[in-house]
Amino acid sequence: MSATDIERRRARRTPRHIPLHIVLALLVIYFLIPFWWVIVNSSKDSAGLFGGTNALWFASDINYIENLKQLFTYNGGLYARWLANSALYAFAGGIGATVLAVLAGYGFAKYSFVGRRVGFSILLGAVMVPATALVIPTFILFSQVGLTDTIWSVILPTLLNPFGVFLVNLYARDAVPDELLDAARVDGAGEFRTFVKVALPLMRPVIVTVLLLSVVSSWNNYFLPLAMLVDNRLFPVTVGIGLWQSTASTYGAAGTNLWSIIILGSLVSIIPLIIAFLSLQRYWRGGLTVGALK
Amino acid sequence: MTTSTNGPAPTRGGRRTTPLSDDITTAPTTDAVRTRKRRRTNLRQNVAGWLFVGPFGIIFLALLVLPIGYALYLSLFQKSLILGTKFVFLGNYLKVFGDPSFISGVWFVVRFSLVLIPVQMAISLAIALILDTVTSKFARFSRLMIFLPYAIPTVIGALMWGFLYSKNFGPIADIFGAFGAAGPDFLSSNLIFSGLLNVVTWQWAGYYMIILYAALQGIDPSLYEAARIDGASQWQIIYRIKIRLLAPALVLILVFALIGTLQFFNEPKILQQLAAGAIPDDFTPNMYAYQQAFTLANSNYSSTISFALGAVVFICVYIFMFATRKRGNFLS
Repeated sequence: MSATDIERRRARRTPRHIPLHIVLALLVIYFLIPFWWVIVNSSKDSAGLFGGTNALWFASDINYIENLKQLFTYNGGLYARWLANSALYAFAGGIGATVLAVLAGYGFAKYSFVGRRVGFSILLGAVMVPATALVIPTFILFSQVGLTDTIWSVILPTLLNPFGVFLVNLYARDAVPDELLDAARVDGAGEFRTFVKVALPLMRPVIVTVLLLSVVSSWNNYFLPLAMLVDNRLFPVTVGIGLWQSTASTYGAAGTNLWSIIILGSLVSIIPLIIAFLSLQRYWRGGLTVGALK
Repeated sequence: MTTSTNGPAPTRGGRRTTPLSDDITTAPTTDAVRTRKRRRTNLRQNVAGWLFVGPFGIIFLALLVLPIGYALYLSLFQKSLILGTKFVFLGNYLKVFGDPSFISGVWFVVRFSLVLIPVQMAISLAIALILDTVTSKFARFSRLMIFLPYAIPTVIGALMWGFLYSKNFGPIADIFGAFGAAGPDFLSSNLIFSGLLNVVTWQWAGYYMIILYAALQGIDPSLYEAARIDGASQWQIIYRIKIRLLAPALVLILVFALIGTLQFFNEPKILQQLAAGAIPDDFTPNMYAYQQAFTLANSNYSSTISFALGAVVFICVYIFMFATRKRGNFLS
C-alpha cells in the first residue's frame, strides 16, 4: 500500500472539520491579498490607480499591454536590463555556490582528513552568521581593493553558502554508502572519478535543493547589491524597483506616472519565482525541513 | 529526536552492496605491509579531503574571515580631518554604546523581536496544527498558498504591503471610508511598528509553518492512538504530545528568527520613503551602520556598529538558549 492510499483512507475516516476549513480559507485570503492587489492594480493607469474607487477590483479599462510597454521602455529599457542582471547574479552565484557546497559537503562527509573536525565546527558556527551581517564588512573590504560597483561584488559574496555545505554533508553521509565508494576504488577509479560517477548521481535530490535555495536567495538579495552598486545599469531588479519607488515617493505628485510601472514591475519580477516555487515544491520543502530538524 | 522528515530519503542503495571485508583483502600480508598501506590510505584521504573542501575553504577565508577580520581591525581606529587616522583601541566601542542612535536602534529591534517572535510562532504553530489535523485537498492548497510569501523577495513583500497601507491607493481608506471612519495609517510613526510586524509575519509565518508541519508529520501516530485509549482529549494530545515533541524544532527556529530580526534592514529601508518621517536613518542598527558607511563614509565607525550589533546578537541568543534550556527541562 502506498503512502497516498493511507492518506486517502485517513481522509475518508476523519470528520470534515468545517470550522477549521473556514479558518484556513481566511488565512489563505490574508496570505494572498497582496498578490491580488498587485495583479489588479497593475492593470490600471495612473488615473485609475489614484482616482479609482475600489482598490481591490479592476477599473473599467484594463491596461496591462499599455503598462507593459511603458515598463519595458521607461529609462531606455532599463527594466529588462535589471531582469537580465538578476538572472545573471542568481545563476552565476547560485551555480557557483552549489558547486562549492557539493564538493565541500561531500569532502566533509566521506573523508577523514586532518582538520576535518575543527573545520566542520567552524562551518556550523558560520551557519549562524546571517548574510546581512557580512554586507558592510565585505563592502568595506571590497572598496579597498576596488571591487565595488562591478558584477563581481555581487556574485562573489553569494558564493559563500555554509548552510548548503551543511545540507549536502548531512545528506551525503546517509545517501552515499562507503561500501559503494570502496568498490569503485577497488575497481581502480580515482577519487574524483568515483565522486562524479558514483556519488553525484546519488546526491541529485540535495543538489537540486541547494541549487534552488541559492538561486532564489541571490535573486531575492537586496542589501548586498544596494551596498555594492552605484551604476544603475548593474542593478538587479530588487534594487531597481527600490530605486524607482523611492524616486516616486520623493517626487510626490510628479512621480504618479511611475507608480503604475512600479506595481507592474513588482509583479513581473516575482513571476519567475512563483513558477519555480510551484513546479519545484518538493525540493523547497526537502531543503528547509531537513536543515531545521537534524 | 523521533522525527523523520519529508525531505530526501536517506537510505538508498545502501543494502545492495556487499561490504568488503578488510580481513579478506589484507589477511595474507604482513604487519609491515599493512601499516604502509594504511599510511598510504591516510595520505590519500587527506589529500582528497582537502581537495574537495579546499575551494569552499578559500571562499570562506576570503569572504567571511577576511572581511570580519578587516572590519574588526578598522573598528579600532578613528579617522578625523585634523588628526588623521589614529589607533583608539576600544574607543569606538565606548562611543557606540553611548550613542543614542545605536541604543535606540537596538532597543527597537529587541522590542520588535520580543513581540514578533511569539506572535509569529503562535500563528505558524496554530496553522501547522490545523494542517496536521485536516487532510483535505483544500488543506493542501492552503499549505502551499501560506508558504508562498517565502518565495517572494522581502523587498517586494514590503513594497506590496506598502501599497496596501498607502492612503493614495490602498484599500484600507476605502473600507473604513465606507463606514464613515478614518482608517488606521500603518505608515505613521504611531503604527509603523504594527505595520512592519504584519509584513514580517506575512513573509515568514509560512516558512516556520512548513518546518513545524514536517516535524508533526514525523510523529508516530500510534502515540495519539495510545493517548486516546488512555482517555486523553484532543487538546491534551496537542499540548502534551505534539507541542512537547516539537519543542526542539521550535527552539531552533526561534534562534534563527531572533538572529534574523536583530539584523532587520530590508523592510524598514523599503518603507522608509513611503512612510515619510516615520522611519529615520538610525531606525535599526543595520540601517545606522549603512548610513555611517554610505552617507557619511565613516568605515571605522560603521565597522564598530556592525561588531557591536554582533555582540548584542550573541548576548541575546545566549540569554535565549539559557532560558529555553530551563524551559526545555520543564517541558519534557
